[in-house]
Amino acid sequence: MTRSTTSSGSSGATPLLELRGVSVSFDGFWALNDLNLSLSPGDLRAVIGPNGAGKTTFLDVITGKVKPTKGEVLFHGRSLVGRAEHKIARLGIGRKFQTPRVYQNLTTRRNLELAVSSRSGPFELLFGRLDAEARDRVQHLLGVVGLERHAGQKAGGLSHGQKQWLEIAMLVAQDPQLLLVDEPVAGLTDEETERTADLLRELSGDHTVLVIEHDMEFVRDLQSPVTVLHEGHVLCEGSMDQVQSDPRVIEVYLGSETEGEFN
Amino acid sequence: MPVLRGWKRWLPWLVVVALALILPAVLPPFRLNLLGRFLSLGIVALGIDLIWGFTGLLSLGQGIFFALGGYGLGMYLQLRSLAPGELPEFFGLYGVKTLPAFWQPFNSPLFTMLAIWVIPALVAGVLGYLVFRNRIKGVYFSILTQAALLVFFNFFNGQQKLINGTNGLKTDTARIFGDLVGSAAMQRNLFWLTVVLVIACWLLCRWLTRGRFGDALIAIRDDEPRLRFTGYNPTAYKTIVFALAGAMAGVSGALYTVQSGIVSPQFMAVPFSIEMVIWVAVGGRGTLIGAVLGAVLINYAKSLVSEALPETWLFIQGGLFLLVVTALPDGLVGWWTAGGPQQILALMGSTPVAPTYPQLDLDPGVLAEKEQLRSVGSQPGGAE
Repeated sequence: MTRSTTSSGSSGATPLLELRGVSVSFDGFWALNDLNLSLSPGDLRAVIGPNGAGKTTFLDVITGKVKPTKGEVLFHGRSLVGRAEHKIARLGIGRKFQTPRVYQNLTTRRNLELAVSSRSGPFELLFGRLDAEARDRVQHLLGVVGLERHAGQKAGGLSHGQKQWLEIAMLVAQDPQLLLVDEPVAGLTDEETERTADLLRELSGDHTVLVIEHDMEFVRDLQSPVTVLHEGHVLCEGSMDQVQSDPRVIEVYLGSETEGEFN
Repeated sequence: MPVLRGWKRWLPWLVVVALALILPAVLPPFRLNLLGRFLSLGIVALGIDLIWGFTGLLSLGQGIFFALGGYGLGMYLQLRSLAPGELPEFFGLYGVKTLPAFWQPFNSPLFTMLAIWVIPALVAGVLGYLVFRNRIKGVYFSILTQAALLVFFNFFNGQQKLINGTNGLKTDTARIFGDLVGSAAMQRNLFWLTVVLVIACWLLCRWLTRGRFGDALIAIRDDEPRLRFTGYNPTAYKTIVFALAGAMAGVSGALYTVQSGIVSPQFMAVPFSIEMVIWVAVGGRGTLIGAVLGAVLINYAKSLVSEALPETWLFIQGGLFLLVVTALPDGLVGWWTAGGPQQILALMGSTPVAPTYPQLDLDPGVLAEKEQLRSVGSQPGGAE
């Protein structure tokens, strides 16, 4: 039931995203070690793992921030390795960061307007106006994340949860095929966490969503397949129940915790 | 942003036009000339506000582009006052018999009018592109621009045979339309030209910063990597604004040259480019109008203080900068818009005016709440 490596493109369709034997070395430390993973269009996938398992590096490799030392990253069968971040983003890969990163000095609406315009060049931004369709999308997204009343307010003044949602809305406004979401519920209340899970589940129909998370309750709420990372490679994959009963996962999580207690 | 209607909206413009018409009649020519020079410095400050205040690029090398604009106009004016076949006087001192090739195009007034801003813009664009493409930012960018400034400074200083080296090029003995450039009438016209160009540059900057392009600049300043992951290429934006700031510096340098009567490598001195940054910091980063005000006010203060107590200006300037960095991070204009004057009034015992909208003050709910707070506050034992 669990495999240390996967090639779940076995269903026949080309995977949307595929990582083949990706390794990343930072001065001899292997943050990722022969990582294999594949996502089909429309998938919702959760990635969990203890601290230092390489979760964020994994996103950095996909989005072009870090170049893999070895291995291939394919999106629609095309290699992403060596492409600039903004070009990868324009191919249709959006990323939400661990700590909410919104533009503090712009209003909520302008944050979203910048995100919907992400495929325009500088001269289009200067001479062109935001078309009606884009304005409608901004308005719609403001409604979806419940920030209509804060549309004219500087994003720096929003609460932590509102910033998290604004960033998710910005991600959707970018209209990517693949959404990479890094710890979307860190610091959120239980109610907000539930709503975020609903939001991501809704998105996964039209988009492919990959969520990195620590919060096990939240991952269970997502009702999605789970990939466990450990020391830079995939330890196992399966449903939440399968993963939680896997002895290797228990050892990795509990083992590291007991060590922590003795230190 | 409050919506200004009718005459209120046009009031600042009326004041500006009135001042531009009245001041030449009221001020003695010497003071008017100073004001014109300081206003022209406002243009280079606008460019710095665009790249630093909005985009977060602290350039300590704007003197390069400023001087390039000045030299462009200086060369044209040198050639203008010559009889056919003559060379500018200084060439004789170094035994140069033929005009260097790069001087030739500056015989044309049209070419000169373009060169004043296009050449600085191109130099800034190329320099900027190379720097930004390699993702050099923050303090490394500042150091690099200062190093470039020094390179230009030393080069211009050493080229006697090309552009008269340290001595620079004089402009006030040249004639335009039959008038000496240094004459009072010509200086008054140049003052008006400067006013018009300051307004034009301010409008350009405002147009650049108001819409989504301006939002992208602010996003680059506040969180550049985030913008990259959204699909924007910051290199393009930074190169564009750096080239535009270079163009504005060139215009500024040309106007400053004709109003001071000379262009010399001193325009590329390291302290001068740092002073430009101080004007913007004192006036208010990211406010545009603050850049112009900062340039004019500080330079006027400098000339007044230097006339009275020549030794003290540097201390005052340093003190001003420290004051702004520690107490007024948004400069004078930022302090003003954040309600600074009211705070001062309140400190002096005057009743502070509620900083809310009138509608809110009249709202029954708000009134009731205020009343409640007042009664709680007046009870002995306070808000307990």
